Amino acid sequence: MTTQDRLTISRESKLDDAGYKWGFSTDVEMELAPKGLSPDIVRLISEKKDEPDWMLEWRLKAFEYWSKLQREDAEPRWAKLRYPDIDYQDIYYYAAPKSFDDAPKSLDEVDPEMLETFDKLGIPLHERERLAGVAVDAVFDSVSVATTYADQLEERGIIFCSFTEAVQNHPELVQKYLGSVVPYTDNFFAALNSAVFSDGSFAYVPPGVRCPIELMTYFRINTEGSGQFERTLIVADEGAYVSYLEGCTAPIRRTSQLHAAVVELVALDRGEIKYSTIQNWYPGTKDGQGGVYNFVTKRGITERDAKISWTQVETGSAITWKYPSVILRGDNSVGEFYSVALANNYQQADTGTKMIHIGKNTKSTIVSKGISAGHGENTYRGGVKILPGAENATNHTQCDSLLVGDQCGAHTVPYIEVRNPTARLEHEASTSKVSDEQLFYLMSRGISEEDAHHMIITGWSRNVIKELPFEFALEAGQLLKVSLEGAVG
Amino acid sequence: MTLNVAVMPKNTARHLARYRDDWHHLAEHQEGYMSGADAHHELRRAAWEEFERIGFPVHRRGNELWKYTDLRQVDRIDFRFGDWDRHVDLARIAELVPMPEEWSNLVFVNGSLEHSSGDAPLTRIQACDWVGELADYRSNGFVALATAFLRIRGGSYLQFDRPREYVRPVHIIHVIDGSVGGPIVDNPRVAVEMGDGSRATLIESHVSLTDDVHMTLPVVEIKMGEGAELSHYRYQDNSEKSFHFATTRVLQEANSNYRSTSFSVGSDIGRNDVFTHLVGEYAESTLHGVYLTTNRQHQDNEISTTHAAPHCTSDQYYKGVLSGRSRAVFSGKITVERGAQKTDANQKDLNLLLSHGAEVDTKPSLEIYADDVKCAHGATAGHVDEDTLFYLQSRGVDYHTAQAMLIRGFAAEILSEFEDNELHAFLENQLDELMPALQAASDTIGTA
Repeated sequence: MTTQDRLTISRESKLDDAGYKWGFSTDVEMELAPKGLSPDIVRLISEKKDEPDWMLEWRLKAFEYWSKLQREDAEPRWAKLRYPDIDYQDIYYYAAPKSFDDAPKSLDEVDPEMLETFDKLGIPLHERERLAGVAVDAVFDSVSVATTYADQLEERGIIFCSFTEAVQNHPELVQKYLGSVVPYTDNFFAALNSAVFSDGSFAYVPPGVRCPIELMTYFRINTEGSGQFERTLIVADEGAYVSYLEGCTAPIRRTSQLHAAVVELVALDRGEIKYSTIQNWYPGTKDGQGGVYNFVTKRGITERDAKISWTQVETGSAITWKYPSVILRGDNSVGEFYSVALANNYQQADTGTKMIHIGKNTKSTIVSKGISAGHGENTYRGGVKILPGAENATNHTQCDSLLVGDQCGAHTVPYIEVRNPTARLEHEASTSKVSDEQLFYLMSRGISEEDAHHMIITGWSRNVIKELPFEFALEAGQLLKVSLEGAVG
Repeated sequence: MTLNVAVMPKNTARHLARYRDDWHHLAEHQEGYMSGADAHHELRRAAWEEFERIGFPVHRRGNELWKYTDLRQVDRIDFRFGDWDRHVDLARIAELVPMPEEWSNLVFVNGSLEHSSGDAPLTRIQACDWVGELADYRSNGFVALATAFLRIRGGSYLQFDRPREYVRPVHIIHVIDGSVGGPIVDNPRVAVEMGDGSRATLIESHVSLTDDVHMTLPVVEIKMGEGAELSHYRYQDNSEKSFHFATTRVLQEANSNYRSTSFSVGSDIGRNDVFTHLVGEYAESTLHGVYLTTNRQHQDNEISTTHAAPHCTSDQYYKGVLSGRSRAVFSGKITVERGAQKTDANQKDLNLLLSHGAEVDTKPSLEIYADDVKCAHGATAGHVDEDTLFYLQSRGVDYHTAQAMLIRGFAAEILSEFEDNELHAFLENQLDELMPALQAASDTIGTA
């Protein structure tokens, strides 16, 4: 089977971009598979990537499972989200920059326009950006376009590459861990992703190695009408440490784009993974047109004495459905979740975490801050499960909501299931608005109302923002400010 | 464009045919039970048709309201509705619940009023023209079934229609006597009308004379007029083999104050489903309760408040003590509708887990559509504090006594809200009687 529909993506007509400055699109010649999903498309994707048989078989099994769910109408609808039914046959499942058909050997061979795109995004792909101290894997429409610092990392035995390369070069690792945390039977969107994922990032840190730089993946959806299905797998072997950053943007499109990613984290004994996300997919226009539908399954497993920490700043997407979770399997392991989620205009976010305590003395912390503005709807949905064997497990949950304006909604739905009497659990939550007293105080000092709001909201989110690596923390603060523009006053 | 709506799984009742036979038999032949001619028959018929359609919520997948409560064993039992013979032994009933002379006591046995004392403003439920207005039989199989079998002779319609204080507490006692045969169902119905400015105290007790399998489906509807105040105490100690699915619906006008305090210890599976709807400004709703479970008991608290008007206050506070292999659920919900500004809402569920094998599932949720509100919620779970236990032991208090002291202290906060002295003393005594069973099935913490 061959690909059809070769086309060039042209610049979009002017839409009200609600201040979204990452909304440019890029003229890159794209190679697209026909719209729709079938076993043939799955085979095509696998063939394009020159995958081994086991990988194709896994994809096909996932496809079969997804088809079954589709027939049973088992697309999850329990979240507090309203959106039109998604037509899964009206999506491009494979869109790749055409110029990569003969894979570039170095950045020099990369389409200059694409390099420019990443420059606009502020992603340092060039060698000259070496001083930035961040290794970057850039994923453009689900295909990894460049990975920096790979050589230096390799010296320490750290593998950081695109998922496609990992399948080629490290099949034993991929085979061992792929689906071990999020099996393709996990849920509807995970099954879909497993069948059609086109690329993503893979990182492996060997025993006892502390990854000296932050690893980073930047995702961008470009092609109109395409879905993005990337898959990330990170393994911290015994005693290893890695900090991983993920950023996402998309151009402004009138139609909605589907993004269904899967992230799997494995922290072996004493391993530690710190995973930070700034999610800034296109949120749609001020009146709720377009925007990315973001259905993401993120989960990690901790073995003995291991730790996984999720930090997320969610400002983008029209629809967010995302619950980064930790299965605390090993004794004394730790799970953390820090989140700021913002829903402005007509955005809807249903996000939170699940902490599943299996091992003894396991500990989890949840800090969630939800900001609702305009007509935004923000739901925290969290689960804390203490299984019978989890002696002396502890959880502390704090989830706060802030409402800006009287047309938005803020909801909190925690599920706390305790099956061991030695567990200690605390859940606290509050809902409030920016206090008039604080505003008055700042404004009496000559600060404008908008700046005062921004200061108060940034301060209110501080417990989460401070968990981000420094460069990301700055970006997050700016992002909150831009995303809230127009919501105040 | 179709919007996605949760697809409710189709439920059935295994013994639907039997319920249907009972329903037709009672409707056609037992004039004393229900009559085809009376004002409520259309309601019964509609509720019956709804029950035929939805049955019991046995299939829980995707059914958030029944996520943690498995009803399969309830569905398996061939329960019977009917007009049973009764052997009323007031002295025995008086051993199960307090009946002081200062109260108006209304004793219902298997659904019929068998004894009354005092001056309760009581009429038959037949006289109430708004039955079913607050407790919607749609979407809830138990309310549908209870409404379908609404009795003529049973049921209470209380009208506190004067703007004054009704000093004498009204005590409605629902007694089940299973000795009349087969597993029976009772569906006591209560409608309370609190006139503007009225003040009253209502005590609702549920007890069993026999230790056998039966089911109680109480439905209580309360209308609170402007400025009305009601203290509603609820005591549930049905047989440990029984099933108890209670529904309470309260509509609150401006400045009304509804306080509910419940004490639940009985039944195999018990469910206390309370909803208060604040439709007038400055209304107050206080929903407090304590549940104590042991062995394999299952207690489910579905507690919900909707703020539909500004300046209202609500407070949900539940405490649980769980032992043995028991399980408790707290599913709290506070909804603040658009425009319900200046809402002050609190929600809390605290649990004491005494043993491995016990489980608590707590879900305190908020749904907020107004920005100028103060809403807070919290939940905790854990065993008795080891340090406190140690402290008491170091002062010469033996382990067992110390543990009992801590359990009692934990429950006391809610118990103290049963303000009537007689009732309070009775419940403290109930707690003491339950204590050995709670402690026997508890784990030992620290050194005993």
